Amino acid sequence: MTYRIVHYINQFFAGIGGEEKAGVGPESRNGALGPGMAFKAVFGNEAEIVGTVICGDGYFAENMDEAGEKILKMIADFKPDAVIAGPAFNAGRYGTACGAVSEAVLKKLGIPVVTGMYPENPGVDMFRKSVYIVETSDSARGIKDAVPAMSKLIMKMLRGEPIGSPADDGYIQRGVRVNRFHDKIGAARAVDMLVKKLKGEEFKTEYPMPVFDRVPPAEPIKDMKNAVIALVTSGGIVPKGNPDHIEASSASKYGTYSIEGVQSADEVAYATAHGGYDPTYANTDPNRVLPIDVLREMEKEGMFSKLYDYFFTTVGNGTSVASSKKFGSEIGERLKKDGVDAVILTST
Amino acid sequence: MVKAIEATGIAVVHICTIVPISQTVGANRIVPAVAIPYPLGDPSKTHEEEIEIRRAILQKALKALMTPIKEQTVFN
Amino acid sequence: MKLELLKVNIKGVKWGGSTEVLKDGTLQVSKEDLLAFVADDDNLKCINADIALPGESIRIVPVKDVIEPRYKIEGGGQVFPGMVNDVESVGEGKTFVLEGVAVVTCGRIVGFQEGIVDMSGKGAEYTPFSKTCNVVLVFEPKDGLEKHDYEKAFRLAGLKAAMYLAKCVYESGGAADKTETYEIAPFAESMKSYAGLPKVAYLYMLQTQGLLHDTYVYGIDAKRILPTILHPNETMDGAVVSGNCVSACDKNSTYVHQNNPVIRSLYERHGKDINFVGVIITNENVTLADKKRSSSFAVKIAGMFGVDGLVISEEGFGNPDADLIMNCRRAEMAGIKTVLITDEYAGRDGASQSLADAATEANAVVTAGNANMTVTIPPQERIIGFTEYVDVIAGGFDGSLKPDGSIEVELQAITGATCELGFNKLGAETW
Repeated sequence: MTYRIVHYINQFFAGIGGEEKAGVGPESRNGALGPGMAFKAVFGNEAEIVGTVICGDGYFAENMDEAGEKILKMIADFKPDAVIAGPAFNAGRYGTACGAVSEAVLKKLGIPVVTGMYPENPGVDMFRKSVYIVETSDSARGIKDAVPAMSKLIMKMLRGEPIGSPADDGYIQRGVRVNRFHDKIGAARAVDMLVKKLKGEEFKTEYPMPVFDRVPPAEPIKDMKNAVIALVTSGGIVPKGNPDHIEASSASKYGTYSIEGVQSADEVAYATAHGGYDPTYANTDPNRVLPIDVLREMEKEGMFSKLYDYFFTTVGNGTSVASSKKFGSEIGERLKKDGVDAVILTST
Repeated sequence: MVKAIEATGIAVVHICTIVPISQTVGANRIVPAVAIPYPLGDPSKTHEEEIEIRRAILQKALKALMTPIKEQTVFN
Repeated sequence: MKLELLKVNIKGVKWGGSTEVLKDGTLQVSKEDLLAFVADDDNLKCINADIALPGESIRIVPVKDVIEPRYKIEGGGQVFPGMVNDVESVGEGKTFVLEGVAVVTCGRIVGFQEGIVDMSGKGAEYTPFSKTCNVVLVFEPKDGLEKHDYEKAFRLAGLKAAMYLAKCVYESGGAADKTETYEIAPFAESMKSYAGLPKVAYLYMLQTQGLLHDTYVYGIDAKRILPTILHPNETMDGAVVSGNCVSACDKNSTYVHQNNPVIRSLYERHGKDINFVGVIITNENVTLADKKRSSSFAVKIAGMFGVDGLVISEEGFGNPDADLIMNCRRAEMAGIKTVLITDEYAGRDGASQSLADAATEANAVVTAGNANMTVTIPPQERIIGFTEYVDVIAGGFDGSLKPDGSIEVELQAITGATCELGFNKLGAETW
């Protein structure tokens, strides 16, 4: 069978014009156009460019949501099996548009998509985690290398073949950690690396250290006496029996449990599901991790107005940052909706 | 989790034992805890003493929540 | 200090009337004698023994510890000092080793953290103990036995069995197939040796987070030590013993302590590219003050050695990542170049932060792989142990055990899969 492919390009590559025409809105044409001709030559009989969707870079940048929707509909109307976008080389707005269109295709149409960019294109940082971006040179002169590389990758996806490493398949690193077997054991690799480091020779770490993002500190509570406070823990305290089966490590979920009327996280009703620390102490007195007893006293004394009626709990043991982030956002949204003023989060 | 909750605009105080991890990861208001298996207690003490330890940490936490900060702060 | 390891190359294991090595290299074990030797009537209701050989369709679960049979035949002390033998310093003389055999201990779960060893299929590719001929001890504790005592009873029985097998073979006239010699001279001499080569030590981090997460050194729970110096040979005689049940993939079983690959790799380069001067052991405790004290003290010892470089290996993950990073930063700030060995918890999709802590100084890291990666391991014809625990062990999740007997688990649940001593070839890279 011949796969149906739609190509997304900007006004320049469509031959409409340069910067002066960047304001043109989305349009759809049948068949291949501009760089699409080069793809057509590479695809042969295996795939066909059934249509080309064009949008001015300026228009896209200024009307992202609206343009995105229109473009997606135009693409969908061709009933494609896959989409290619660009390549955008080092054109920033074009790269951003290619990335955004590709991401939307992936999320909303669920079909394979490949784009191409120069590594310094700002579109790379924005979209490389979600979209396969083939590495290209910085200008259109690199089209002769970009087209075969992008074609190869999209054909692999269409055929359902596994995607190889960035080096093997020519795409820009997506920041995903993938296991592989080396020729040497880890200890030998470590000693090799140390010998090189000591000699001042070049060496390559197997795990580049990440840089963490920051969140600006929230405003403090001005009137604690009238504040509602919620209790959250990553120490895995759950109602005994762990009703939601929160995993001992690598938790994929968090629990939300009512503590309305609960005066103390006693050992009869609560225990820890955490697999990363000695559970004896937390199980003997769960208040050591989830300090409901003292918070109730403080509530009675009027130090703050109210302890929120639910607590949230998960196991922070090998649990991925992405999961924690998701839990945090969901919990935050709910607390905000319920008028909670501040959170005490305990970790083990 | 701390950061994601705080990103919604609610002040969060992180009570944790391993302060350096909290600092690296980027919590803004940090109150040091006792030990990993018992952040707000100490099994070697009597129950009454433990309650006092717990109360002292939680009072620090409330104070942290009331304190305006511009950057990451550890409330010792 | 000089230690010779006299290694018998064992090619198989079978039950028989006596314990000895047969002509074809098969270890014959008298099951009756073995069980009688390790019996612990005060704590254990019963012990069963079983055999699992490489390639057989067998799953062992939940695995607690793995131990290599060794027995000292010359020099001070005896293997596993302070645990099942008198507390006498070891690491010198001659030690008899049954290579290719392991004692595997297996029992009902206490924590969440015992592992899986498959002898065939996909799971076997990840555990180093699918390649050893395993004598498996399956324990049942007495009713009501307290957790600490329960773990201790298992631990000691495994060590005793390992020593017993090597001892019987030696006493029945078993002969070594090869001899390996390990020697480092006293400090006064070794520090002056190999002029021009950089001095390197090994900073050996031991998991000491508490119940089920302990490591023993000469019988002492390592959470109560200040960092100290070991001669590398001491580890070969079992001076360091696993007492822990952190996630199965990256806990250091006694077997990998006995065969520490960092120590072997440093010995291999000793006198050629580096001058390997010694081992510093340190712990991973649960309070910040303990972490700071140990980190500061360990790096101080490295400074007293005057080393140029350190290999630092972690055990476990999560808050021990803070110890690892602290050790690295202090050493680098003291002008000592470091290489770290760790593993990663980057999520099942590999897109998350791999370690709980980070530092720019940690620019040379070897990884043993992403422990969150899931694998589906096919059913095995025979189960040794208790398979109903798969859902609750670390790395297992709701519904891990499929009706057909296959299991979808994270590597975390597979014994030794991402060993942070760098025992395996597995690693990870960014895609």
